[in-house]
Amino acid sequence: MTTPDVAVPSHSHRYEGTSLEARDVRMRFGPVEVLRGADLLAPAGEVVCVIGPSGSGKSTLLRCLNGLETRSAGRILLGGEDTSTMDINVLRQRVGMVFQHFNLFPHKTAAQNIMLALRHVKKMPQEQAEAIARQRLRDVGLADRAGHRPTQLSGGQQQRVAIARALAMEPQVMLFDEVTSALDPELVKGILQLMADLARGGMTMVVVTHEMGFARKVADTVVFMDAGVVVESGPPEQIFDAPSSPRLKTFLSQVL
Amino acid sequence: MNAFLHNFFDWQLIGQVLPDLLGYGLRNTLVLAVASALLGSVIGMVLAVMGLSHRWWLRLPARIYTDLFRGLPAALTILIVGEGVFSAQVSWLTSPYPVAILAMSLMSGAYIGEIFRSGIQSVDKGQGEACRALGLTHGQALRLVVVPQGVRRVLPAMVNQFIAIIKDSSLVYFLGLVTSQRELFRIGQDDAMTTGNLSPLLATGLCYLLLTVPLTHLVNSIDRRLREGSRPAAATDEPSLVDPKEALV
Ligand SMILES: Nc1ncnc2c1ncn2[C@@H]1O[C@H](COP(=O)(O)OP(=O)(O)O)[C@@H](O)[C@H]1O
Ligand SMILES: [Mg+2]
Repeated sequence: MTTPDVAVPSHSHRYEGTSLEARDVRMRFGPVEVLRGADLLAPAGEVVCVIGPSGSGKSTLLRCLNGLETRSAGRILLGGEDTSTMDINVLRQRVGMVFQHFNLFPHKTAAQNIMLALRHVKKMPQEQAEAIARQRLRDVGLADRAGHRPTQLSGGQQQRVAIARALAMEPQVMLFDEVTSALDPELVKGILQLMADLARGGMTMVVVTHEMGFARKVADTVVFMDAGVVVESGPPEQIFDAPSSPRLKTFLSQVL
Repeated sequence: MNAFLHNFFDWQLIGQVLPDLLGYGLRNTLVLAVASALLGSVIGMVLAVMGLSHRWWLRLPARIYTDLFRGLPAALTILIVGEGVFSAQVSWLTSPYPVAILAMSLMSGAYIGEIFRSGIQSVDKGQGEACRALGLTHGQALRLVVVPQGVRRVLPAMVNQFIAIIKDSSLVYFLGLVTSQRELFRIGQDDAMTTGNLSPLLATGLCYLLLTVPLTHLVNSIDRRLREGSRPAAATDEPSLVDPKEALV
């Protein structure tokens, strides 16, 4: 168990990020309107960080973007194309997602976790899927963990596998939902580094995070959500150094 | 006192009935139980998937079926299904075995369906979400990820169900068995009646225990292994959609 959980050298990957846009998205759980007309634009190859208090609807908005939740109104555009007529499973192949709790398949090895969707969604032959799995694991610094089960990996390593699994589908956009929140503090940096590398490689990313340092450094746009709407958005300097809405000021005074 | 003991432990009678019990009785019981368990598992899996569907018109029939077959005494089901099929007078259906297997499968399917359903439901919701986020269909997610994990967890309950099926298979005698078709119970019962002695039934009981006791211990050992095979919390935690502190909504 010597694989470091610290920064891995960035690889020369180039990603073909595509723009992703949410327009006036609404969503209700029963009688409660959780999203009350949320807008978000992630231009191709850019990083949008979504911040805001717990329960403000960040996860729900993210999950509407790849159809894990069904919005009650509004539009989602991928590369400018309306996704409502798109096959949901095609949309999900094009928009990858990484979760707070990794959600690796515990009965499969790291490599098998990556191969599953390659085999059954992309219908790749076994050898090809295996080659890609190995490559992706190498990219996240886990070349020597291909045969390990999730239980045999640290939290940081599990999250790397989850990221590799999503990237193996060659998505055009990546969604991250508080992916470092369940990690021990010393493992957080490595994952954030990996995400920064991904951003530098041209991936379009929507990142829900409590890591304000990451948002300031890596984001092109920071979006502040509260009570189901986007209250304020702009470049990190504006959001963090010159917030205009009182709610954002309050929030920042609590988290910074 | 001696006569009382003799009624149970007539070694000569036990020796007489054992060849039949071990010769074909055991085999017939196993044929009934294994076939019913297999077919019942297929029915159960269909019921479980239907029961977990988002569509009410799939859930409702599964629910009704389950309530029906779990709610009736096994003897009644076997008799109704058995006599029902026989009364249809299908020419090639002369043996009671297929009919008994059908009846027991229908019945155990209801129980197994509930076992599978709870197993599938016990799998972390994040597993299905991870599948869907990768573009797998609902069916693929169930088949490749959720069911394999759920099934491991329900193995003990499944073995218990198999034990129940073994015991219920004794009821097939309702449907009328010719000599060579008799399973454990019927052989013992016949011998007990003709000899007026309970020893053959005692021998029959021992044969059942021969099957069921090892299975019971198998359940316990699986149970223990599942409990000891601990997983790290992070991978199995319910992913909380809802944050504990709902500050501002
Ligand atoms: N499955 C659900 N059922 C009912 N309410 C939910 C569900 N998921 C989230 N909510 C509610 O929606 C609101 C927004 O949740 P969420 O999007 O998870 O917020 P955030 O990610 O910003 O913390 C919260 O009030 C939460 O209680
Ligand atoms: Mg959240």
